[in-house]
Amino acid sequence: MAEKLLNWDEVLIGGTIKDPGNSKQYETGSWRVERPVWNPDTCIQCMFCWVYCPDSAIKVDENGKMAGIDYTFCKGCGICVEQCPSKPKSLKMILESQAKGKTEEELRKEVFSSEK
Amino acid sequence: MALLNELAKKKEGLVSGHRLCPGCTHSVITRQVFAAADTDKYDIVVAAATGCFEVSSGLYPYTSWNVPWIHTAFENAASTISGVEAMYKVWKRKGKTNKDVRFIALASDGGTYDIGFQALSGAIERGHQFLYICNDNNAYQNTGNQRSSATPFGGSTTTSPNGKIKFGKEQPRKDIVSIIEGHHLPYVAQASPSNWRDLMNKVKKALDVNGPTYLNIIEPCTTGWGFPPHMAIDIAQLAVDTCVWPLYEVTNGKIVINYKPKKKLPVTEYLKPQKRFAHLFKKGNEYLIEEFQRQVDNHWEWLLKREECGIEYGTTKE
Ligand SMILES: Cc1ncc(C[n+]2csc(CCOP(=O)(O)OP(=O)(O)O)c2C)c(N)n1
Ligand code: SF4
Ligand code: SF4
Ligand code: SF4
Ligand SMILES: [Mg+2]
Repeated sequence: MAEKLLNWDEVLIGGTIKDPGNSKQYETGSWRVERPVWNPDTCIQCMFCWVYCPDSAIKVDENGKMAGIDYTFCKGCGICVEQCPSKPKSLKMILESQAKGKTEEELRKEVFSSEK
Repeated sequence: MALLNELAKKKEGLVSGHRLCPGCTHSVITRQVFAAADTDKYDIVVAAATGCFEVSSGLYPYTSWNVPWIHTAFENAASTISGVEAMYKVWKRKGKTNKDVRFIALASDGGTYDIGFQALSGAIERGHQFLYICNDNNAYQNTGNQRSSATPFGGSTTTSPNGKIKFGKEQPRKDIVSIIEGHHLPYVAQASPSNWRDLMNKVKKALDVNGPTYLNIIEPCTTGWGFPPHMAIDIAQLAVDTCVWPLYEVTNGKIVINYKPKKKLPVTEYLKPQKRFAHLFKKGNEYLIEEFQRQVDNHWEWLLKREECGIEYGTTKE
């Protein structure tokens, strides 16, 4: 990602960063080798994936419910899949290469076709 | 503790875009800390010692923190937070602020058990109101897995490698929680991100204490410990279920064990999935696993006995 470097006289005293949470401008999703795919049909909304995700990459709606994966930041660690307690699991890991050129909906169908 | 759906609606104190390894639990713990904190009631200020978490969440010109966060040196997170807390108290007295602010110092084991210990001990003794959190990943991970006094017996690191002559670290872990307890502070506890409800209860409690508090939290490190990233929380759970990492809290010297596994698993369940312990499973090294088990059992029995005894610091009061 292209970063605009500050001039020496623009740097604040103490190296202060004045925009809280500005690392959201830095995508970590490109690190991913594998990605989790979510199946809302079997999800029991326990939010374990949310509480264990290291990268705040579980999307939450206004009711505090699981609403999908934020692929801009998800690093593909697989913790959410491992911890998902629903039977069958509502999250599955696939290779990034398998996801190429497909919409989330298409992937969902492909990955979870046998479970509905 | 509120339902996770409620907590998930809160503004996050730590956001994405940090550069911790995939599956690193430094951020898992901190997300749970912020979820637990009563941020409607008070603001939070954090001072962080250097280490993996600090370098990956404060990579200039970016920060992943949504709260005031001070990067301090390796050895003085506790001194930094002491100064901030002292200033806040003066401001309050002079009417310069009427905000309710709570203070957190954050470091890993290197910055706590070893190099930051003097600053920590001093800050607790002076009685500042702050919560010190040690995300204990059992070594100096940011510089590539060097042994610390938190590295477990038998653990292989780059400075306690296993080989023909040595079997990894020869000394047992330092019992930091007991050492902190020796300061007779109001509240000290040990927690694990696998048991998030327990961790959150402890954070909430600690932040409401008027005085110094300490939390020792296991922080599985996929890179240094050598397990696949998706297993990070499983490893923490195994540490708890084998009693390698007992969950307990000490309030004014009185200990309560918060979780007693229904079936205490053998330590091999915890050791097996981690590369840093692989050599312990070689033929002829059985005695090392026995020794590991013995140390864990001893400590666990000691905690159980203490709980049974149930007295406070410097008294015979139950
Ligand atoms: C005085 C000093 N010595 C050495 C270093 C180099 N250094 C930076 S981070 C680090 C290791 C940190 O280990 P720990 O506190 O356990 O944090 P972790 O990286 O494991 O999370 C070291 C040795 C430093 N920054 N300052
Ligand atoms: S794979 Fe890891 S980073 Fe991605 S959503 Fe799951 S837990 Fe979060
Ligand atoms: S862990 Fe699984 S079941 Fe629970 S909310 Fe996440 S996807 Fe749904
Ligand atoms: S080396 Fe370990 S502690 Fe450091 S960022 Fe990676 S997983 Fe986390
Ligand atoms: Mg460490």
